[in-house]
Amino acid sequence: MTVERESFWCLVHAEWTKLRTVPGWVLAVLVTIVAIPAFAFLAADVSGGCTQSSGGHATACPAPLTGPGGEPVSDAFYFAHQAVTGNGTITAQVTSLTGQVPAVPAGEVADGPGGQPWFKAGIIVKENTSQGSAYAAMMVTGAHGVRMQWDYVNDTPGLAGNVSAAAPRWLRLVRDGDTISGYDSADGTHWTLVGTAALPRLTSIVQAGLFAAAPSGGDSTTDTGVFRHVGLSWPATGWTGINVGGTGPNGVPLPGSLRQNAGTITVTGSGDISPAVGNTGSVDSLQRALTGTFFGLIPLIVVAAMFITAEYRRGLIRVSLTAAPRRGRLLAAKAVAIGAAGFAAGLVAATLALALGTPALRQSGIPLWPASLPTEARMVVGTGALLAVAAVLALAIGTIVRRSAPAIAAVIVVIFVPYLLALGPLQGANGEAPLWPLQITPAAALSVQQAIPEFSQVIAVYRPNAGFYPLAPWAGLAVECAWAAGALALAYYLLRRRDA
Amino acid sequence: MSVDAGQAALHAEWTKFRTVAGPAWLLAGVIALTVPVGAAADSAAQCSSAACGIDPAKVSFTGVYLGQAVVAVAGVLAIGNEYSTGMVTLSLTAMPRRLTWLFAKAAVLTGPVLIAAVLAVAGSALAGRLILPGHGFTPAHRYASLTAAADYRAALGAALYLTLIALLSLGAAAAVRDSAAAIGLVLGVLYLFPLAAAVISNVPISRHLQQIGPLPAGLDAQATTGLQNMPLTPWQGLGVVALWAAGALLVGALLLKFQRCVTSGRG
Repeated sequence: MTVERESFWCLVHAEWTKLRTVPGWVLAVLVTIVAIPAFAFLAADVSGGCTQSSGGHATACPAPLTGPGGEPVSDAFYFAHQAVTGNGTITAQVTSLTGQVPAVPAGEVADGPGGQPWFKAGIIVKENTSQGSAYAAMMVTGAHGVRMQWDYVNDTPGLAGNVSAAAPRWLRLVRDGDTISGYDSADGTHWTLVGTAALPRLTSIVQAGLFAAAPSGGDSTTDTGVFRHVGLSWPATGWTGINVGGTGPNGVPLPGSLRQNAGTITVTGSGDISPAVGNTGSVDSLQRALTGTFFGLIPLIVVAAMFITAEYRRGLIRVSLTAAPRRGRLLAAKAVAIGAAGFAAGLVAATLALALGTPALRQSGIPLWPASLPTEARMVVGTGALLAVAAVLALAIGTIVRRSAPAIAAVIVVIFVPYLLALGPLQGANGEAPLWPLQITPAAALSVQQAIPEFSQVIAVYRPNAGFYPLAPWAGLAVECAWAAGALALAYYLLRRRDA
Repeated sequence: MSVDAGQAALHAEWTKFRTVAGPAWLLAGVIALTVPVGAAADSAAQCSSAACGIDPAKVSFTGVYLGQAVVAVAGVLAIGNEYSTGMVTLSLTAMPRRLTWLFAKAAVLTGPVLIAAVLAVAGSALAGRLILPGHGFTPAHRYASLTAAADYRAALGAALYLTLIALLSLGAAAAVRDSAAAIGLVLGVLYLFPLAAAVISNVPISRHLQQIGPLPAGLDAQATTGLQNMPLTPWQGLGVVALWAAGALLVGALLLKFQRCVTSGRG
């Protein structure tokens, strides 16, 4: 008996038995498991988001444009192209990149510099001229120097600094089978490798040429790139200018042109070649399927706090401490038991929520960003960890304050209110709510559910309600762990110091 | 209920309320949490043009987001403590009319909470009045004086909102007879509506959630700008919160009246 009493795992087993034999607590954990997948449907707009838009008039959902990886993309630009066969090289010198932004009507607020930092013009090798096909491009940008981008989601920096007649930029793409390498140079002599793209979808014949794209909210914004010394290692057949994408969202033909004049080629275009993220209604995040986490947290927090406060109220704590005189071990055993219950509940609930929520979100009409298997696994395991750590935090706070209601209220407040504040009521200098509440409070752990990466090459609204969090997934969880660890340390100190 | 019995009940409950330390600490906590958070939000806000569209009242009363949780704890414990200590048996033996007991508790809770709420809101409004003009909330940016009728109405709305949340919590605790479950229920009702409204992409459903949730409806009562774009008018918003409080008290009263064993609360 003495040996058994000394074993930590016997203590955990005893605490686990306490937990699973209170019907109300088991019921609450079951509510946690049911609530999370149940609300996967709530977040999915099954009525069809796009059919509801434009003032009640039903508009058909546009077929989502997807790139080689199945992700929703934007692919609209002006393309001066020619068909080329097999391996080869395209080189060009860019001497200028200018934007043509329509004047902002009086009384309206300009939406910042209008995407000008990511105006882009350069050389591109593309599978074909249809939207969504594979490509690799070297380009100059409005404010981010030379970049190599390929297949919509990839972006690598090259030479820094803006392009001008005094500081022209040389760009080169080399095709070798499925691989395209991008080089840049300031003088056309000394070349630097910027990046290498593997494009397995390329066939023998591809389209190579010059392009211009001007991301913006409106259709009439364009930018113009001026090219000189354009050279092809393939046999030249002459340039053809087309608008990839054809028309803008309102059916108006996108502006764009190709002009050739004594060794200078000028290309003007609008639109963007990029992942379609961040703008309202453009893409949905799988993270929505886990919205119910908030609903599931409440019963779990209630149980976790009562796991210790009920002992204080009933005086059972004195019996427990008689059986396990080393108080730290009792607290640790309770933390293991409630943490395991929270982790298991989160694991089951998140798996169900993703299994049920993915088809529901697909029906909603808004393209769903495809999450890879590792991402989905991280979301599921992370939700389990988020719930487990929240339960341990509630246990620790319950030990500190020894009363149910204040402990539960405190834990709910530190997780829920920061998220609510990041959604709106706090006002920062730029008119948007500051995100620090989601960086320093336990609510930071929600970042573990982020399903879409943030793309630095796309100016968009990266906000929590669209599924974007300020911290990296595991970093956010670490913040929550730090809170729980700190609370546990204080709880341990007080438990040893105070009379039971 | 005779006048005497009612008065006796009120007196008894008031004696209980004022002779334990808990409620006073909690009500002090409402002020101590609401005012600094509001002042911090004031300091972070910045209005750089006449079109910045920030509601100074909403910024000043940001602390209500946290203060209401303390109010809810006070409301829940006002009745939950009786169940958790078993005191309820004694109380109802001395005062067999259960509804008299409940409404005496509600009456005794309302006064002090209202005072604490008025102090918290007045402190927040004063902080806003002192801090916000230095952050661009000036007449040049169409913020007249921060003492217009709408500002007083917003402050009154915030104070009444906090008081109604205390009554909502009291009713919930009477209904479930368990402090822990009641506080989880109340904070869930408060915080989950705006969370759900924010993440739901269906605009009509999202708007309905903002109309029926007590927290979003209460925030409408604290607004001074953009009133025409809100899902509810300020007084409608306060009306929704009042309906929640009345509903919770009604359910609590019915369950209290018709359940047989008062001590079966899991407490």
